[in-house]
Amino acid sequence: MNGSLLAVRDLSVSFQTPDGVVEAVRGVSFNVERGKTLGIVGESGSGKSVATQTVAGLTRGARISGQAIFEGRDLLKMSPAELRALRGPGIAMIFQNPLSSLHPFYRIGWQIAEMIRAHESVSGDAARRRAIDLLGLVGIPQPEKRLDDYPHQFSGGMLQRAMIAMALALQPRLLIADEPTTALDVTVQAQIVRLMQRLQGELGMAIIMITHDLGVIAGMADEVFVMYAGQIMEQASRYGLFRQPSHPYTTGLLGSLPRVTASDEPLTAIAGQPPSLIHPPSGCPFHPRCPQVMERCSHETPAFFAVPDSEPHRSACWLLDPASVGQE
Amino acid sequence: MTESLLRVEHLVKHFPTTARDFFRSGQHVHAVDDVSLDVRRGETLGLVGETGCGKSTLARCIIRLERLTSGRVVFEGHDISSLSDSELRPYRRRMQMVFQDPYGSLNPRRRVGSIIGDPFEIHGMASGAELRRRVQDLMDLVGLNPEHYNRFPAQFSGGQRQRIGIARAIALRPDLLICDEPVSALDVSIRAQILNLLRELQRELRLTMIFISHDLSVVRHVSDRIAVMYLGKVIEIAPGANLFEHARHPYTRALLSAIPIPDPDLDSAREQIVLSGDPPSPIEPPSGCRFHPRCPRAERICGVDEPPLIERLLDSRDHLAACHFPVADGEALVREKSAT
Repeated sequence: MNGSLLAVRDLSVSFQTPDGVVEAVRGVSFNVERGKTLGIVGESGSGKSVATQTVAGLTRGARISGQAIFEGRDLLKMSPAELRALRGPGIAMIFQNPLSSLHPFYRIGWQIAEMIRAHESVSGDAARRRAIDLLGLVGIPQPEKRLDDYPHQFSGGMLQRAMIAMALALQPRLLIADEPTTALDVTVQAQIVRLMQRLQGELGMAIIMITHDLGVIAGMADEVFVMYAGQIMEQASRYGLFRQPSHPYTTGLLGSLPRVTASDEPLTAIAGQPPSLIHPPSGCPFHPRCPQVMERCSHETPAFFAVPDSEPHRSACWLLDPASVGQE
Repeated sequence: MTESLLRVEHLVKHFPTTARDFFRSGQHVHAVDDVSLDVRRGETLGLVGETGCGKSTLARCIIRLERLTSGRVVFEGHDISSLSDSELRPYRRRMQMVFQDPYGSLNPRRRVGSIIGDPFEIHGMASGAELRRRVQDLMDLVGLNPEHYNRFPAQFSGGQRQRIGIARAIALRPDLLICDEPVSALDVSIRAQILNLLRELQRELRLTMIFISHDLSVVRHVSDRIAVMYLGKVIEIAPGANLFEHARHPYTRALLSAIPIPDPDLDSAREQIVLSGDPPSPIEPPSGCRFHPRCPRAERICGVDEPPLIERLLDSRDHLAACHFPVADGEALVREKSAT
């Protein structure tokens, strides 16, 4: 706990919709250590984005409970003004679609400088020089010229870099990256992942990397957790997770992936559909699709059990309960 | 296996740039530039490449959703590239397409039964009770509940909608099925279901497939042979295993090394090549080899002469690459410059 930058405890988030209450996040707890990368993997609707957006104060209108302690202060109890002051120098976010963060009518450099001036009292010239440095830092060629480009003059990969430059302008302690490479081609994705790793080394920030791509996580996270239907299913170091996956959902996900080292076997797909979050399944949310389901799974929510010989590694599955041996 | 069902000969497709783009009027996007390949009966040919490389345009030209600028598409010995729409109709029946977006490719106001039944009606193959029976057989075949005949697309999930699209495409038992990024919009667990379904159907119906994807692992999983495209050109084509283990073209090497591998041990052990820059504009593609501005092996000749797509380094006859300085097995991508 010593190096813990962010501690989220029992976070639940739900939204009122015309169809009923959507329970997007249901009792999630995790820590982010200073300077480390936490990977969150999950499919659409697993709650991975909602959980982190709530932490950054971006889910207005939601019903939220729990705690999110960032450097000793609870983010969920902060006023909008306090949050605004914190976003930028404390917590920054980058998203899948860079155009959602960059205004199409303003020059890229101006937008970065404006962001610096909103938080610090520096001259326009100084902010502009910093914007040039930042664009250089993220690998935009000829930053002093490209500074005056509009977003449409940048390619997808360059926009993603520009957005990272903007996010890093105030040297945040925590960078939340929500599917930052999903819209990019693989060669550009490799560039961006490498860039984030380099910048993390240079600036020492912590990163929460949200993605549906287990391959991206395997390449960069220190710790990983797997979400399903608003809950954490399994939590481990990346080596633990990939060498010794424990939860049937995690093994199902890994089995669903075609490998470059291909065999002729069909993929071991997970049967069925992800559940509705308006009426999430009782017990373990994965039980309707689980190939190893037991009687108790449908009505008792599993606690976290330590996965033997793979510390720190825990999995919310009754299969690991010594008491359920022989019940299959 | 070696008999070819479809041959593409020197296919070129240029799109004029939009007229309102004043400074570029009269220019063309070179979407596909002189591509030749053949698709063999019963095989799956994978087509990979990054955004804008022309893989989808090539497929749309093959199935004649686009008119060719020049070149030929030969289906079972018949040149179909210049046929009129009515002359094309019998061929359309035999070539079908599955699209990426299962939300955009189904009319939301029509019931699933009539969507899947369309091909039968258009080609006058069935009607009434017979039509319904055949549609329900198809629904069953692709893993949909036949009782959902009267539902609307909105009542299905993304994976189920893709099954609807597949049912529609195989309704007339085509010879050739072109799948354009069929699983890219789906979640990982659903993606595997659809990939398995396509494999089963291919075996059962003896389909020939062209499978387009930007995801090399997916293409590797389904394809017998793989063609890699870059800026409108096929730069390497080889049997799947060959391509992954003995890639000759530097771009293929870079592409392979950029695939995220869900295994941290393998990931840190492999060669990492991170290309610099972005693919250049297809409006004014680079001279010579189109990859030369980004290629770590490029020499002067690469900017002047375009390398032909031929056998390199005594490979199997099936392995072609378009590169002046192909990479040998075990050789590092960046090599020492020769004295010349």
